[in-house]
Amino acid sequence: MSEHVHSSSARIYVVVLLALLFLTIVTVGAAYVNFGSSSINLIIAVLIATVKATLVALFFMHLRHDPPVNAIIFVTSLIFLGLFLLFPLIDIGSRDKVVPYGLRMQAQPAAAKAAPAAAPAPSH
Amino acid sequence: MSSESHVAGHGAEPSFRQHHFINAEQQFDTSKLGMWLFLATEILMFGGLFVGYGLMQSVYPEAWVAGHHHLDRIMGAVNTVFLLCSSFTMVMAVHAASQSEKAKTVRYLLGTLVFAAGFLVIKYFEYSHKFHDGLLPGTHFSYHGGGPPQQAMFFGFYFAMTGLHGFHVVVGMALITWIMLRAMRGEFSSAYYTPVDLVGLYWHLVDLIWIYLFPLLYLVS
Repeated sequence: MSEHVHSSSARIYVVVLLALLFLTIVTVGAAYVNFGSSSINLIIAVLIATVKATLVALFFMHLRHDPPVNAIIFVTSLIFLGLFLLFPLIDIGSRDKVVPYGLRMQAQPAAAKAAPAAAPAPSH
Repeated sequence: MSSESHVAGHGAEPSFRQHHFINAEQQFDTSKLGMWLFLATEILMFGGLFVGYGLMQSVYPEAWVAGHHHLDRIMGAVNTVFLLCSSFTMVMAVHAASQSEKAKTVRYLLGTLVFAAGFLVIKYFEYSHKFHDGLLPGTHFSYHGGGPPQQAMFFGFYFAMTGLHGFHVVVGMALITWIMLRAMRGEFSSAYYTPVDLVGLYWHLVDLIWIYLFPLLYLVS
């Protein structure tokens, strides 16, 4: 029985690899299409990446056949990563433009116009 | 202790089973659980960089667009293909090991190493090109071709993310070499191939992270 399961799983790996390569072509192709703004393009690219990551996790990392506890650990880490991303994004979206300390000099309009001249500024 | 072994009911006790596990299957599942916990910490470590990337991209989208034009999409795409293929050969090696096919296991592991080495060679060409142009992080940024000054930050993220990822590729190659030597000595069989499986999981995570790094860094617009 296990013999049969394993020989068919080798064929599934080939199909998954072909799907991953196909999605790579799709995501490169999508990068040449303007969907409105660079942020929307990024979101589309991340969605395609998520489909690819799901394929890798389910088939190559065997989560489909593993005890569910492994998938629970994996998904939990992703949920916390989502929280980690969400709250700073809410924070930064709800205030005026934040300029990191190292770029304060360069961010002034006069300095920003002449980028080469501004280059030595950070050395202070 | 001895009564527990009897409960497990596996005639001959395999030599690799440690005494605190009921049977080989429980030992295998426990090892995998530990590996997944480690992978969760890896995701959170890379997570800090991803969150920083997300925040700064939302503040300086124009610097991100300008910065990513200095990256070579073809090289990035070829590296993506290399890593996807290496993940495939890795999972085939795990599969071969689980079938006690020693020669196949070694061959697939060798294939994985070749793809990984190809990835690093391309990364070397990309890095040396950026060093040459002065496209370096923060105060080391000395590119004189114009564009928003915050490009320096984009390259900060570029080098931190691909650098940490590249370090993982090197560690993964060392682990795969170790597993390959053990496989050549005939240490793995359908009864015991846990190390091959766990190194495989690590390698797939390296692939998984690159799956996100490629569009985030190379395909901004």
